[in-house]
This record gives sequence, C-alpha cells and structure tokens, in this order.
Amino acid sequence: MFQGLRSIIARDLRLSMRRRGDVLNHLVFFVIVVTLFPLGVGPEPNLMHTMAPGIVWVAALLAAMLSLQRLFASDHADGTLEQMLISAHPLGLIVIGKIIAHWFMSGLPLTLLAPVLGVQFDLPQQALWVLALSLLIGTPVLSLIGAVGAALTLGVRGGGVLLALLVLPLYVPVLIFGAGGVAAVSNGMGAGPHLSLLGAFLALSCVVAPWAACAALRVAYD
Amino acid sequence: MTNAYTLAAHADGRGNPMFRFAAPQAFFPLAGKMIPWFAMLAAVFAAAGLYVSFFVAPTDFQQGESYRVIFIHVAAAWMSMFLYVVMAIWAAIGLVLNTRLSGMMASAIAPTGAMFTFVALWTGALWGKPTWGTWWVWDARLTSELILLFLYLGFIALTTAIDDPRRADRAGAVLAIVGVINVPIIYFSVKWWNTLHQGASVSLTKAPSMAATMFAGMILVALAAWMYSIVTALWRVRSIILERERNALWVRERGGEA
Repeated sequence: MFQGLRSIIARDLRLSMRRRGDVLNHLVFFVIVVTLFPLGVGPEPNLMHTMAPGIVWVAALLAAMLSLQRLFASDHADGTLEQMLISAHPLGLIVIGKIIAHWFMSGLPLTLLAPVLGVQFDLPQQALWVLALSLLIGTPVLSLIGAVGAALTLGVRGGGVLLALLVLPLYVPVLIFGAGGVAAVSNGMGAGPHLSLLGAFLALSCVVAPWAACAALRVAYD
Repeated sequence: MTNAYTLAAHADGRGNPMFRFAAPQAFFPLAGKMIPWFAMLAAVFAAAGLYVSFFVAPTDFQQGESYRVIFIHVAAAWMSMFLYVVMAIWAAIGLVLNTRLSGMMASAIAPTGAMFTFVALWTGALWGKPTWGTWWVWDARLTSELILLFLYLGFIALTTAIDDPRRADRAGAVLAIVGVINVPIIYFSVKWWNTLHQGASVSLTKAPSMAATMFAGMILVALAAWMYSIVTALWRVRSIILERERNALWVRERGGEA
C-alpha cells in the first residue's frame, strides 16, 4: 500500500522537476507580491516591521493558491486521473500522495524562501525562525484545503477564479494564526498558542481534506 | 450503494412513507400547500416581533433608541449561521442517500442564507456607527460573518458554474460540508479572540442579561425570520423542481392544466 503512495509522490515530483519553470514561477510571484507592498504603502521602517508577517503570509497564501491548479488539471487533461480513479489503489492514498508532492513543490520552497524576505523587512532573528516554522506547519494545510478546491473546480468553466473564491475564505484561520504567531514574537510574546492552533488545523485538515477531495473527484468523474 | 438507489427508487410515493416526499414530483404540491401557512406565520411573528421591539421594549439607558436595530441584527445573524448548517445537512443527506430533492433544497436555501448574512453585516454597521463610532471594526465576529458571506457566495458560484445539475448539487454538497467547519469557529470566536465585540448576551445556560420584553422581541423577530426562510426556500425549490423536471411528463401535464 505504501509502495503505491511512494510511487505517486515520486512520479509527481519527477513530473514537476521536468517542468522546473512552473515551480520557479510561483516563487518569483511570491517575491514580487512581497516587494509590491512596500512600494504601495511606503518604506516607513516601523510600518514595514509590523506589516511584515502579514505581507509574507498573504503572499505565500496567494502563491500556494496559484499553484493549486496544476495539482489535478494536467492529469485530468491527459486522462491519467481517470485511470488513477479506477486503479486498484485506494483513491485516498493517491490523493494524499499528490498533496504531499504538491507541498514539496510549493509549500516547502516558500518556507525556505520566506526568512530571506523576512530579513528584507528587518524582522528579529527569533521572528524569522517562527516565520519559517509557522509556514512549515501552515503550508501543508494550504495544500490540503486547496486540493478540495482543485478537485471541485476540475474542468469547470472559469475554474481559476472560482478556485480562489472557494479556497481563500477557508484559508483565513491559517493566515490569522500563521501571521499572528510571527507578530506575537516580534512583540515579545510567545508564539506557542498560535503554532499549536496551526498544528490543530493541520491535524483537522489531514482528516477532512483528503476525504473531501476524494468525494469531489468522484463527483467530477461520475 | 444499492441501498441508496433502492431508497431513491422507492421514493416515487409507493415505497417507504418516510421517503414519499423525497420525490420532487410528490414534494412539489406539498410545498405549494405549505407555503401559505408558513407565510402567514411569518407575517404574524414579524408584526408581533416588530411591534414589541419598536414600541414595547424599553429604551436602552446607554445606547438610546439606536439599539433597536439589534432586534433585526440578532435574528439575521442567527439565521445566517443556522441556515448554513441546515444547508450542509441537506447537502450531506443528498450525498449519502443520493436523493435529488436534498441537493435542490441546499441550493434553494443558499440565497436566503446569503441575504441574511448580508443583512446581519449591514445592520451591524448601522448599529456600530452610533455605538462604537465606526461602521466597521476588524473584530473576530464581524470578520467571520463576512467570511460566512464569502462561503455562501462561493457555494452559489460553484453550483451555478457547473452545468450538470446533479454534479453541481454534489460538488456543492462537498463544499458545504467542508465550509460548515467554519460555522462553529464563528460561534466560538467570541471566546477565542477577546475583542471589541460584546459577548453573547443570550445563552441557553444562564438567564438572559436583558429585559424580558427585549428578549421576547428578539425571539419573535427570529421566529419571523425562520418562517420567512422556510417560505423562500420552499418557493425557490418549487422553481428549481420545475426547471429541472421541465421535460418530465407530470410537469407537462401540470402545464396543460394551468
């Protein structure tokens, strides 16, 4: 059973590595969005200092959301997904494998890049660690919830905007606690509660999201 | 799976009586008969509730007369959350039992729910201006109510974007069930984030911290909103049934009568 999971992850990672441009584009998008904020609101250091966690988190949210479409769309287009649905492996395992591979290609690079952007905003070192940690816990939730939205909008008219409309409201708790934790640390408080709640969301979405994504895929192929 | 299909197959009125009205054909006339009754109840409750809230309930010693918008605000906020849960329950029933009517009910409830969410936000702003001195605060409850509105709009957008009605119903059902996790977060957000919004003043466990007439007005308006929701949902579900079954024999025969 785990052989199937491993091969799905390996396959999706290999496919993404063959199209490295896609992954890089999302990272560049992330950096550009973060850069836009100081240009928009002015480079006042104190303001930047307080806004930095929110800016980085919102940009990460948008970048993760944009990358969701490639989660199922290309497999849907060439019929691979249909073969996966009728294969002997449980669909839940396939979906979980695809989500994990997606996280490796979207959430993990964002997590690694975010502290560098945090330095631009002059965040204290401890806050940088918490920023990376909160993204490490939070971005899997983005991939998990996003998988449900991606499966629901599979092959639907205006899928891109619709996907954003469905998924962004569900991302709100992650944003609140992710950015809140970093802000708490830069204000000299502990980030423990925020990170714990993020972990709780991760646990909850681990249970609910794969099931919902499977149901949505079955609906799409009914 | 076979079980669900047999249940649906028996739902034409001859099988299990519990599922008799699960057939759109059987439910259509029943809904038509129920609408006037619930409409009457809604009118009576609304008249009584608005009379109590605007003429009987005492003036608040801190907030003056402007607090009276809260009667509509509270009822709308209650209904906005309640309707989302009801919608999700119908959606879940539709997914599990594979009955057509459940999905229709879910999509019939959504616009009313979105309307009440909007009314709750709007009246909240009207109340906030004289009381807090601002139309909008980024407080947890306000924000989560806004997110609830987004969830309703997302549900409506998804179900209207999919052309096949059966797929639209079931995709919407998955979304509604995922979104319903957000409703308790809204409700408990008062405890989670301690902010500007006043705590819940009505609770089931302790006596309400307000005058009895105020409480009565609030309950009456809430009942009116509830009955109104039933009327609009039934009304809308009748239209949906006609639209989807327009090629069915019974609809054509009805069309011939009228």
